[in-house]
Amino acid sequence: MENKKTVLVIGAGPAGISAAKSLANDNISVTVLEKEDTFGGNINNWAKLFPNFKDAGEVKSSLIQNFVNNQNIKIVYNKKVTELKKHNQKWIANTSDGEVFESDAAILSTGFKVFDAQYKEELGYGIYPNVITSVEFEKMYKNGKILTVQGSVPKKIAFLNCVGSRDEKVGNHYCSRICCIAAVKQAIEFKELYPQSEAFIFYMDIRMAGQFYEELYRKSQEKHGVVYIRGRISETSSTIDKKVQIKAEDTLAATPLRMTVDMLVLMIGVEASKSTTILSKQNNIDGPYGFAKSKDIHTADNYSNENGLFLAGSCKRPLTLTETIADGKSAAISVVEYLKQTK
Amino acid sequence: MKNWGFKIPDSRTLDLDKEDLKLYNKIVEKVPSARRCIMCGMCSATCSAANHTNFNFRLVHHKFRMGMFESLASELDKCMLCGKCRMLCPRGVNTRAVIYNMRIILDNMYYKNI
Amino acid sequence: MNYNPFIIPFTTGAIILFAIIIYKFIAWYRKLDKKQRFYLRKNILTFKSIEAIKESFLEALIHRNIYKKNLLLGYMHMSLAFGWFLLIIFGKIEASLHAQTLFEEPWLAIFFRYFVRDEHKFFMSEIFPPLMDFLLLVILSGVLLAWLKRFSSSLLGMKKTTRHSKFDKIALASLWWIFPLRLLSESSTAALTGNGSFLTGTVGNLMAVLNLQYFEIYFWWAYSICLFAFFVSLPFSRYMHIPTEVVFIFLKKWGATAGEEYSGYTDFQLNACSRCGICIDVCQMNFAANIQNVQSVYFIRDTRYKHLKDETANNCLMCGRCVEACPVGLELTVIRQQLRNKKEIAGKHYYDYTKPQEADKKYDIVYFAGCMTHLTPSIIISMKKIFEEAGINYWFMDENKGTCCGRPMRQQGFIQQSKDLISINQKLINSSGAKTLVTSCPICYKSFKEEYVLDIEIKHHSEFINELIENNKIKIQNSQKSIVYHDPCELGRGSGIYEEPRNILAKVGNLKSSEFEKQNSLCCGGSLSNAIIELEDQIKIRNHALENLTACNPDILATACPLCKKTFVHGNKAKVMDIAEIIAENISLQNQSSKHKEKNKIKTKIEL
Repeated sequence: MENKKTVLVIGAGPAGISAAKSLANDNISVTVLEKEDTFGGNINNWAKLFPNFKDAGEVKSSLIQNFVNNQNIKIVYNKKVTELKKHNQKWIANTSDGEVFESDAAILSTGFKVFDAQYKEELGYGIYPNVITSVEFEKMYKNGKILTVQGSVPKKIAFLNCVGSRDEKVGNHYCSRICCIAAVKQAIEFKELYPQSEAFIFYMDIRMAGQFYEELYRKSQEKHGVVYIRGRISETSSTIDKKVQIKAEDTLAATPLRMTVDMLVLMIGVEASKSTTILSKQNNIDGPYGFAKSKDIHTADNYSNENGLFLAGSCKRPLTLTETIADGKSAAISVVEYLKQTK
Repeated sequence: MKNWGFKIPDSRTLDLDKEDLKLYNKIVEKVPSARRCIMCGMCSATCSAANHTNFNFRLVHHKFRMGMFESLASELDKCMLCGKCRMLCPRGVNTRAVIYNMRIILDNMYYKNI
Repeated sequence: MNYNPFIIPFTTGAIILFAIIIYKFIAWYRKLDKKQRFYLRKNILTFKSIEAIKESFLEALIHRNIYKKNLLLGYMHMSLAFGWFLLIIFGKIEASLHAQTLFEEPWLAIFFRYFVRDEHKFFMSEIFPPLMDFLLLVILSGVLLAWLKRFSSSLLGMKKTTRHSKFDKIALASLWWIFPLRLLSESSTAALTGNGSFLTGTVGNLMAVLNLQYFEIYFWWAYSICLFAFFVSLPFSRYMHIPTEVVFIFLKKWGATAGEEYSGYTDFQLNACSRCGICIDVCQMNFAANIQNVQSVYFIRDTRYKHLKDETANNCLMCGRCVEACPVGLELTVIRQQLRNKKEIAGKHYYDYTKPQEADKKYDIVYFAGCMTHLTPSIIISMKKIFEEAGINYWFMDENKGTCCGRPMRQQGFIQQSKDLISINQKLINSSGAKTLVTSCPICYKSFKEEYVLDIEIKHHSEFINELIENNKIKIQNSQKSIVYHDPCELGRGSGIYEEPRNILAKVGNLKSSEFEKQNSLCCGGSLSNAIIELEDQIKIRNHALENLTACNPDILATACPLCKKTFVHGNKAKVMDIAEIIAENISLQNQSSKHKEKNKIKTKIEL
């Protein structure tokens, strides 16, 4: 029997999982290296997904069918890849605990991390307890309740878009793409939980470029009465009863705006994960902002400039889950093409 | 002509065929980053002067850009140049330089160097 | 009489030179402001004049400060200046001794070897030829170094050297040729008469192959013409610093300072600049952001020749690094400020709209956070915690509707507006009846100290916290974290506060030193003084500074300025904290009883 080709997949998030499954289907032996003790990556942080409010857990379980018990897939947990390099046509991954993995090709699916909102000190994250991030909102929502730190239901909640995205001061010039729709989704979730409360979304541009996004936006206005304010919050402060005071400008009315809310949710942006930055730098495929750079965004988006190293998912740029899963499969096809050529 | 009891006001339309948009180029020449503004309002939200009065840097800048210079000079006088807007601007616009240059252009007769 | 037509260029040149210098000095003297004249009259007959003589000797002749930068560069300047000075002095002595009068022909000393050709002996006559030869040799070695510097400035410890104006080039070229020509002239005479010593004699022997009977006179002509060219171009070139620096040193020693407005003293300073270019090398705009033509040397040059552009005057961080480095000790940032100042519009009030609330009662301490500090709320929260812990009855003056201190306006030259803001804040501060004003912002601090008229103690929070700790008002514990401290420009070089912050930090952590400290500290790039620089260049300056400050991988990069903090945080390299935050984090709460705290609890007014 001919020797099976082997592929290393770094990161068992949605992109890595879907790539691994497709490769296994083609009878390629896949080793998935995951730095955490479980698979799923960032999907574990979400409760429900836009645009259809599907339970993230459900999506995950259908995603991992034929992944966990696949004889062609070996999943290794708690393996953080510290070095990835090409040696004699083989890809070699060294992990932090000193283990070495070898394969014919490698897929980088190291994904993203969320922006650390503490860099925007003026917004008060980490200083005022009722200023939270969108990820923390998801966690609360998973437990079925959105409560302030005092344990009460927020009567007023505000969401602020573009925290850590479209911000040259923190070095991120790009749009993270998912925060606008996530804010709409979370505002609806909040209003469904507490119809009596008010929800405000502070935005610069509402970017609803996805199927059913605009409809969701419309629904949030019409059905839930979410109020949209065009302006970026500049500063927050805290009252003695731990409410959050917001300073912004209602740019449509050209008037300074002040309001007090019980909770402020920062829609934090997407940044390249540390592993993405480190591993792509090692292989000279690093692009702007620490993301990995694909060979050609139109025709070879899963190829990198390094032969045999492929890119899948949001290690390249901010992507939605839908796109990420598709991109994983697409990466698998590129790998198969490559392995056929190299025989 | 019949007296209707009220006067038809002057047209409030911004007529871009007539307005002079060239003056803004002088600002852009000196402050290339001015063009990057996305009108998010962070500058006017944080503004120290806006705490006291209805000064709105974003609006003043926008009006200047669209050639509406009327009463801008006295509006600009309200700015304290404290620099908070520049520190926050997410597009990295050098807001203080925009103000400085607008001021010099509008008040040129006053502000000449020695 | 010792006469030959070739003395005419020299003599005419010298007369023109002195006439112009005297004319200029008188004109500048007349432009001195009242205060400067007052100091001049007050101190002219005091010990300060002796000090000035001493400093003139050390700086204008020996160039002590340039030695500090680089030994060769120092030697180059000293050999030219001090060597030439001695050559003139000893030349004069020699000529006077020979002529047995103090009033010999003024050109005799310069062309002595030509006119005194015989072996005629006079008092001490034998020591002069070797002495003069030695001095000439020293100067020539300096000229050689100057030549080398043009080709490769790094040889003399300079990364960049100044680009020159037209007059500079004429003066420089003639200066380069004066001494080689003097050597040739004296040597040719020595070859004919034997009045040379080890240098001129030897060179003369080598030159004897030429028909010196014929050429001698032309060498002397060339020497004299070179002197003429140098003298005539001097007042319009950078070499004007030679006479001006001495006058500047005297004025400085007598107590003159550059005021708010351009004055005769500014003219003296502008002309005292030798354009050595040392300020270029220390300027972060140059070495971190590669912005040229705005450095102090160019600013001074453009101002002096009256073609200063707004961009040159304004495109400066005013960090003061060049002031520390300037070997002449010019008040570079003050002069730049003078040139930024706009004419006042009499009687106009800009900030009538401010209706600040006056203090509702009397307080011990006023706290002024500053505009920028409102963007770093954790500094404010930390300060509140510290005040409460120390049981202080304080008034948070700009908690809700602060008015800017006025310094940013002033730095952009809008003096009238700045004064307007100052008077608003002054009124407010005085209304509190407090004895101390504490601020978290070094920019405000400098403004309060220098531009406000306040009968109250002004402290930056680092000074204030230091006192609280020394007086046991608050107790702190050591976190054992490694800390590097960054000196903010306005607090360090601007206000001379270096020790208090370090004193505090050494108590809460393990204070490490960095390459750029104290007087030599870097600007974070966020300076408010520069309203021209674009974000991209600010980032270059910031990243360079961050790299140096975090070279030893500290746990915390500490600073004492909200502007520096915010700028560095955006650099995303290290955990950046203000001193107040570090103290608030490490305060030990056990020393205060809760009752005592209750009594002093501060009412926080919330205004919506």
